[in-house]
Amino acid sequence: MATVKPRVKVPKSAAVGEVITIKTLISHDMETGLVKDKKTGELIPRKIINKFVASFEGAPVFTASIEPAVSANPYFEFTMTVPGPGTMRFEWTDDDGSVYDTESKIAVA
Amino acid sequence: MSSPEYPREELRRDFMQLTRRDLGALCASVVAATALAGRAGLALAEEDNGTAAAIQAFTGGAEVGEGGVTLGAPEIAENGSTVPIEVSADGAAAIMILASANPNPGVATFEFSALSGSSSAATRIRLAKTQDVIAIARMGDGSFSMAKRQIKVTIGGCGG
Repeated sequence: MATVKPRVKVPKSAAVGEVITIKTLISHDMETGLVKDKKTGELIPRKIINKFVASFEGAPVFTASIEPAVSANPYFEFTMTVPGPGTMRFEWTDDDGSVYDTESKIAVA
Repeated sequence: MSSPEYPREELRRDFMQLTRRDLGALCASVVAATALAGRAGLALAEEDNGTAAAIQAFTGGAEVGEGGVTLGAPEIAENGSTVPIEVSADGAAAIMILASANPNPGVATFEFSALSGSSSAATRIRLAKTQDVIAIARMGDGSFSMAKRQIKVTIGGCGG
């Protein structure tokens, strides 16, 4: 696996109470553990992102528990009602325990 | 196939007396029965991957109603390795997505919060073959509701 790169699309500014759509994508192979290596015939061990959490100023907004049936480069789209200005935090947890994260600030127009 | 109570000769005579209309009705019912049997067989086969157990684990055995849950997906997915789907259910606290004929039934479970603008989400999933995808929502009041949709898959999404 090359570098895992999270990408998020969050409006830079919004009105208080406005419902915004947030899109997230992270580059990850999401190995299911069911696929054989074509050269060696060995099973490629499972390695997926099993949890995704989006939070706003520490309060959870959206959580996804993920199984291997989610496609490679997992994509999630969800909504949030903007309570005010603040920072959104996104965290993806890998099977090996590593956590990939990114942040995005929302200003109130 | 003749039984003692209904000798073959009699059966044949009865059959000969059938009108065209009777025959049409008979054919229709046979077709319907076959379709029903086929469906039931399919449903049974698909439960084998543990879908029923996964539903049980999510609902704790509570009754699952229908309606109130929207599962958006293409009717035909050309590539099973990335099938876009979206779920929404007004007032849902969580939505679980299951694939009834994948090697494992679980796909993902979304949990919403007070900050969620609506209980809706979209993602991309893998489907091994043509099958029913199920979304079960746990509503704010603790009740459960589900939506089911068949997605035809041209190329399976489970790699080698």
